[in-house]
Amino acid sequence: MDNLKFLSICGMLGYGYPLESLCRGIDEKIDFIGADNGSTDPGPYYLGSGKGFVKNIQLERDLEPALVEARKNNIPLIIGSAGGSGAKAHVDNFLKILFKIAEKNNLHFKLAVIHSDIEKTTVLNALAAGKISPCGHSRTLKAEDVNACTNIVAQMGTEPIIAALKNGADVVIAGRACDTAIFAALPIMRGFDPGLALHAAKIAECGAMCSVPVGANDSLIVRMEKDSFTVTPANPEKKCTPETVAAHSLYEQPNPECFFEPEGKIDMSESVFEQIDERSVKVSGTKLVPSAKETIKLEGAAFRGFRSITIAGMSDPVAMANLEVIESSVRKAVSENLKDIIASENYTLRFLKYGINGVRGIADKSLPLLTETGLLIEAIAPTQELADTVISLARSTALHQSFPGRKATAGNLAFPFSPSDFQGGEVYEFSIYHLMEVEDMAEFFPITYKEL
Amino acid sequence: MRLYDIAKIVRSKNAGPFNLTVDLIFEDAKKYETVLKAASFNPFAIAGLYGVDADDVRIYPFKRILAIKVTMPRPISSGAPGDTDVYGSQQHFPLAEMEIV
Repeated sequence: MDNLKFLSICGMLGYGYPLESLCRGIDEKIDFIGADNGSTDPGPYYLGSGKGFVKNIQLERDLEPALVEARKNNIPLIIGSAGGSGAKAHVDNFLKILFKIAEKNNLHFKLAVIHSDIEKTTVLNALAAGKISPCGHSRTLKAEDVNACTNIVAQMGTEPIIAALKNGADVVIAGRACDTAIFAALPIMRGFDPGLALHAAKIAECGAMCSVPVGANDSLIVRMEKDSFTVTPANPEKKCTPETVAAHSLYEQPNPECFFEPEGKIDMSESVFEQIDERSVKVSGTKLVPSAKETIKLEGAAFRGFRSITIAGMSDPVAMANLEVIESSVRKAVSENLKDIIASENYTLRFLKYGINGVRGIADKSLPLLTETGLLIEAIAPTQELADTVISLARSTALHQSFPGRKATAGNLAFPFSPSDFQGGEVYEFSIYHLMEVEDMAEFFPITYKEL
Repeated sequence: MRLYDIAKIVRSKNAGPFNLTVDLIFEDAKKYETVLKAASFNPFAIAGLYGVDADDVRIYPFKRILAIKVTMPRPISSGAPGDTDVYGSQQHFPLAEMEIV
């Protein structure tokens, strides 16, 4: 085979895409359809809680046409990081939607499901054996970080997806997967250059994000050839230029010249980007430098308590100027009031003052105050009831707290809502983001097959 | 002149939950070179603006598209208690305000 074509549906399955873009890919006689469904971007809550980042209605809307078209044309459909974070709870939720669509449309196919959950004992043993190292400025891993995790997943590379395709899978639903694995698996399996396949996959995982006008919610068509690949947005209103495609290698990456995948280092320092028609860019020169040791990236989120918040506005200039006094008085009053219920070291109370320090964390005291400030107060405590209690008391105290020069003695805060307080649920923290050395990657990503 | 006024694109984003990356893209080679060669634009100054170690600040020039990438650790990982910006997409400003001299 001298070329292979595929379609990346969109940057994140669930973000939406024009159905015409999918149809244009089908018209181009693509060899497979792929989509990424996960990210660590929205923070640790989703991996920790097992919940999805996009809603099931969004997923169903995006998945149904892709699955129907893939089956109608008998081409593989490959989804990575299914359900958001790719842990068992996410994959199970994704499969529920997949089965519903298959039944509704009377679709029949061979399904491969690849799980990526890692047992705590596996991680603890590897840690004791010195086989775990930090990744991208994560802290040195401790056993307590591992034990505090609810879900631990590993990012699979192309290997397990290739194994599933070789066994005749029509649809591959992968747990946590490198974005590149989704799109590079089939090209590598068919003998295309792995460096180019992985670079093409890196661009494709964001859908048409590498084109202008920019947007993650549209499709990209990739054509692999022996010594190059070509990217074209499926939507005729969008176009790729050498600049937009090269610029994409900056996005969300620590280094613009290379990136690392389980297969090795992908070196883009000699990549060449050429405009070959009005909307297409050809890329060549990318090389894979295979890694000496086989490693997999682990992700785990540790439980840190429950959150409750309250939101209020302020517009009294004297009250705003005295926010630090108000804050310290409220902290003291809450701690004193609740001392028999919860000790102050067992909860945290945070005042985020939008207009002062809400985004940057540090207030620039040389700047004048605005006419309004947004105040967000957050409590994190070991139970939801305690977090609710801490925030309730902090809110009523802040509303009536006195401070020097106070003229507005009826209240300090403007609440936009009743009720004024909100439950944020469980709070997590990424505690594992580390590389683990392994002997045989395949054993961590078991594949199960099902005929539908 | 402020970096924000020289660059065409100034944006920040997580590069994984523990890293923050700021992209600066310029309209022409002159502006790109001006910033890259400016004495005020160095890892120590950037480290000071973000409260991180200068040893951990990486500056990657990417001449092909007249871009400079600045990568550093996040003081608090994405979405952990105490974080103010889960996606890291509003953290370009301390750097954007840097005077280029």
